[in-house]
Amino acid sequence: MNAKSDQIKEQFETLEQQKSADRLGMWIFLATETMLFGGLFFAYTASHTLHPHVFSEASHELEWNLEFGNTAVLLTSGFTMALAEIAVSLKRRGLTTLLLLTTIFLGIWFLVVKGVEYVDDFQNGIVPFIAGGYFYTGPSPEIAKLFFNFYFALTGLHAFHMSIGVLLLFIMTTLAWRWRDPDKLTRQMTIVGLYWAFIDVAWMVIYTTLYLLQQ
Amino acid sequence: MSVWIISLLADGVIVQFLPPAATPMAHLVDQLFFWMVGISGVVAMALTAAIGIVMVRYRRGAKRNRKFHINKKRELWVEFTWSLIVFVAFMAFFYAGANLYVKAFSRPAQALRIDVTGKQWMWKFEHPNGAREIDTLHVPVNRVIELEMSSVDVIHDFDVPAFRVKHDVVPGTHMHLWFEPTRVGSYDLYCNQFCGLGHSKMRGQIVVMKQDEYANWLQHQQVPGSPSEQGAELFRAHGCSGCHIGNATVHAPHLAGIYGKTVHLSDGTTKIVDDAYIRDSILFPKRDVVAGYPPIMPSFRGQLSEGEIQLIISYIKAMPHRYKR
Amino acid sequence: MSAVTVPDVKRPPHFPEEHYLNNSFSLKSWLTTTDHKRIAWLFFVALTFMFFIGGAAATVMRLELLTPAGDLVSDGSYARLFSTHGIIMVWFFLIPSIPNTFGNFLLPMMIGAKDMAFPRINLLSWYVYMLGAGVLIGALFAGSPDAGWTFYTPLSTQYTDPATIIAAVGVFIVGFSTIMTAINFIVTTHRLRAPGMTWFRLPLFVWSMYAVAILMLLATPVLAITLLMVTVQHWLGIAIFNPAMGGDPLLFQHMFWFYSHPAVYIMLIPAMGVVSELITTFSRKQVFGYEIMVFSMLMISLASFFVWGHHMFVAGESVYSALIFSVMTFIVSVPSAIKIFNWTTTMYKGKISFDAPMLYGVSFIGLFLVGGLTGLILAMTGLDMNLHGTYFVIAHFHYIMVGGAVTAYMGALHYWWPKITGRMYPEMWGRAAAIAIFVGFNATFGPQYLLGVAGMPRRYHTYPPVYQVLNEASTAGAVVLAVGYALPFCYLIWSLRYGKIAPPNPWGATGLEWKTASPPPPHNFEEPVMVTDKPYDYIKYDAEHGEWQGRP
Repeated sequence: MNAKSDQIKEQFETLEQQKSADRLGMWIFLATETMLFGGLFFAYTASHTLHPHVFSEASHELEWNLEFGNTAVLLTSGFTMALAEIAVSLKRRGLTTLLLLTTIFLGIWFLVVKGVEYVDDFQNGIVPFIAGGYFYTGPSPEIAKLFFNFYFALTGLHAFHMSIGVLLLFIMTTLAWRWRDPDKLTRQMTIVGLYWAFIDVAWMVIYTTLYLLQQ
Repeated sequence: MSVWIISLLADGVIVQFLPPAATPMAHLVDQLFFWMVGISGVVAMALTAAIGIVMVRYRRGAKRNRKFHINKKRELWVEFTWSLIVFVAFMAFFYAGANLYVKAFSRPAQALRIDVTGKQWMWKFEHPNGAREIDTLHVPVNRVIELEMSSVDVIHDFDVPAFRVKHDVVPGTHMHLWFEPTRVGSYDLYCNQFCGLGHSKMRGQIVVMKQDEYANWLQHQQVPGSPSEQGAELFRAHGCSGCHIGNATVHAPHLAGIYGKTVHLSDGTTKIVDDAYIRDSILFPKRDVVAGYPPIMPSFRGQLSEGEIQLIISYIKAMPHRYKR
Repeated sequence: MSAVTVPDVKRPPHFPEEHYLNNSFSLKSWLTTTDHKRIAWLFFVALTFMFFIGGAAATVMRLELLTPAGDLVSDGSYARLFSTHGIIMVWFFLIPSIPNTFGNFLLPMMIGAKDMAFPRINLLSWYVYMLGAGVLIGALFAGSPDAGWTFYTPLSTQYTDPATIIAAVGVFIVGFSTIMTAINFIVTTHRLRAPGMTWFRLPLFVWSMYAVAILMLLATPVLAITLLMVTVQHWLGIAIFNPAMGGDPLLFQHMFWFYSHPAVYIMLIPAMGVVSELITTFSRKQVFGYEIMVFSMLMISLASFFVWGHHMFVAGESVYSALIFSVMTFIVSVPSAIKIFNWTTTMYKGKISFDAPMLYGVSFIGLFLVGGLTGLILAMTGLDMNLHGTYFVIAHFHYIMVGGAVTAYMGALHYWWPKITGRMYPEMWGRAAAIAIFVGFNATFGPQYLLGVAGMPRRYHTYPPVYQVLNEASTAGAVVLAVGYALPFCYLIWSLRYGKIAPPNPWGATGLEWKTASPPPPHNFEEPVMVTDKPYDYIKYDAEHGEWQGRP
């Protein structure tokens, strides 16, 4: 058997095979993620058809303008992530680290603004599952709870994914700072980049359906 | 030929265990079921026989001609042919089933309507004249009976094997089921959706009576009085009177004479007490709270039917004459 | 197919010097292994344990049902028993059964790979499974999960013991194990096939693993999110399915069955893959209509996403959707019917031998046939409104899941036992167990069809006395069935030490897994594999090796 480079795990023959397997695995994982969010969206859509009017009224309580800025922040972070992938493939250590840190900063910014909106929500009384957090006065407040539940479920699930993404970026930054194995790092960055892009796309869908389409 | 006999035998065995068929629908369901058991029996026997013969004939060691040449094209034709046969047969099955289902799910026009409430773990019935029963339902023979079913807690299922129909009873919505019993007798009623620990005890009887006997039976039932009297009954039974009457200790608005008056709400607006307001206050008590009272009343959503709410409203309307502060 | 190493069948069997079982022995080497064959063993042990817990629950239930009164266990214990039985058998045995044991063991070997694409994720899958199983068993001790395996709301969220929700969390966790395995299967099949192993040279078992992985990937996340919503509904009061707050309990059923109907095919497609291997090997003839078999499996896996509503014909869905789901159900049944015809035609003009795996293969066809035909009856909307929720349904899905999936699992166990352990199982005992299981199974679940026809509802702790005779018959049959399942447990363990040493290819089969030693070396093949032939070419095999003379 010819000697393989130690980059290649033993079940693979070539580096190209290993790379494409990793990428395919990530794409398939994202397919399951889509189904995860998709299930929730299906439930949302079904409930929306039951009470279209109440849902539409309730969505006015959400701060679409605050989240508009936040969407821009997230999209920028997607852009810096893409740049970081290019930087690492060009073997630019400092630039990669800087771009990763920027992405992390933007990601955390997004999460903080999201937190601010949650606090506002509590003060506006649209948090049905905390005692004293619900005094919505629009039409059918009982049914409107359903909308707010979906709002927290969807954004919460997204924020959870964001947090994992930020954690992954921290690991990537450490690896980029150490710069032990740029080729391996390039491959890992592609995988993390895919995940980050998925988070962006998921947010766009959530923002459109919950905040904009109802207005 | 012999396979037909075998499938007839299968049907013969099944007949032994069938519950009585007490409606025309039950006869239709049985008919279709026998057809399906017959066809399935023939198919199963034929395939089993084929497999058995092949296994014995082509066992290892037996001297047989084993030349098996088939080109791709012919193979595809074979596959296509039997797929088509299977598909056509399946569509026929679908049609036969759908036909019956649509019939069973078309709501009849002229029906005797009976309210059914499922509750852990009992069935409550209410006849059109207000007569009530628990777990046993008396109905007249040869009339279409339509049930209007709801549940106050979990999902139940109204299942009468002798009628060959069943339907889930789902909280928060009304479900319908109809049947036309043509045989006098007493038939088992089961709950067929697991509804908690007492599920298997949530059983009852449907008693099908001759029409004149039913009329007679109905007359002798204790029927609650006028709407406001029935409302008063409900008012007590659901505990409204604990807070809303006379010298109650809990801080709640007294309702005597309130109908038609204007009340001040906690958000500073005013409202006239009419049917809609009372109904909303029962179902969504926290929405429009009268100023000076804490929002402590629980919602009665799912516990009171629309009809019962109407009765309570008529009681509240009648209140000033009976309770003075 | 031909690998470079062609084992010499004439030489007396002997163990290879180094194989995957003896290259290290410590407990640590097992718990940190990334070898797909050892991970298969880890799953095998865990699954067997869970199978016996679920089986014990079933045994107590059948004993309770001997008499109409509830005299053996209380109503609460009975509800707990059938919930435990359902949850364990569905999620902790049947769904992982064939994929996680035989799929793990065989998939890389059958395509000529050294291991899975992601061996560490493969191991993680086992740990996640164990975590889920731990949470479930914890739930059994913490309280009584007693809302049935279907977790119908609002019963599961508002009206039962909180332990129900803990059990749901266990199921939620085990879902991730399924997803990891599925990702591994798909990527491995796509990227690690040996040179010459084209898509249409894959064994049907590999195709079945591929088809089932698609199902797992797309269906499991929906179950995960559904159970997550149930959990938060219970703990936080986020009411999405609560009718008291405008939520819709039927929505839960839609989402639950969107997963749980495909889940039936998750159990069944691997069984079909196994049976295809068994029938062709022991008939010594190429599978009839190989491509059709492949397409029918893929079609089943895609079409099964559009039939979930047939669980809800009398639950309150609209008449139109009921009819659409009914017609879709018939359409998804066509490929299953075709497979039965193809298996029969495969046997036609073969050289059939009746070793224990073949007995399981044939009993699979018979039981699956009965389960399938009664499934057609249930798919007819007009008949389902009578039979829904009765023992007819119970009998039907046990014929599919136990008669189908478990029988195929047992067949696979006997067929690949020599490869996995390097020892032969005792043939006479193997046949006796196969027959006992077939007879016992029919005696247990046959009477349940009649019970259903007589109208007995499922999940009844006490029942009207008219149903007693049939229930007694069923319990009597269950005794035979229990013996049938206990037998292999005993003689297979016996054979680990005392069984005859197996040659590399005891069945004279053509798959790549038979072209390496039994048990296989740590990296499956001593030399690189190259595939040049179509699958199941027994004519060529016999020409090269001489006619197979039966098991050694």
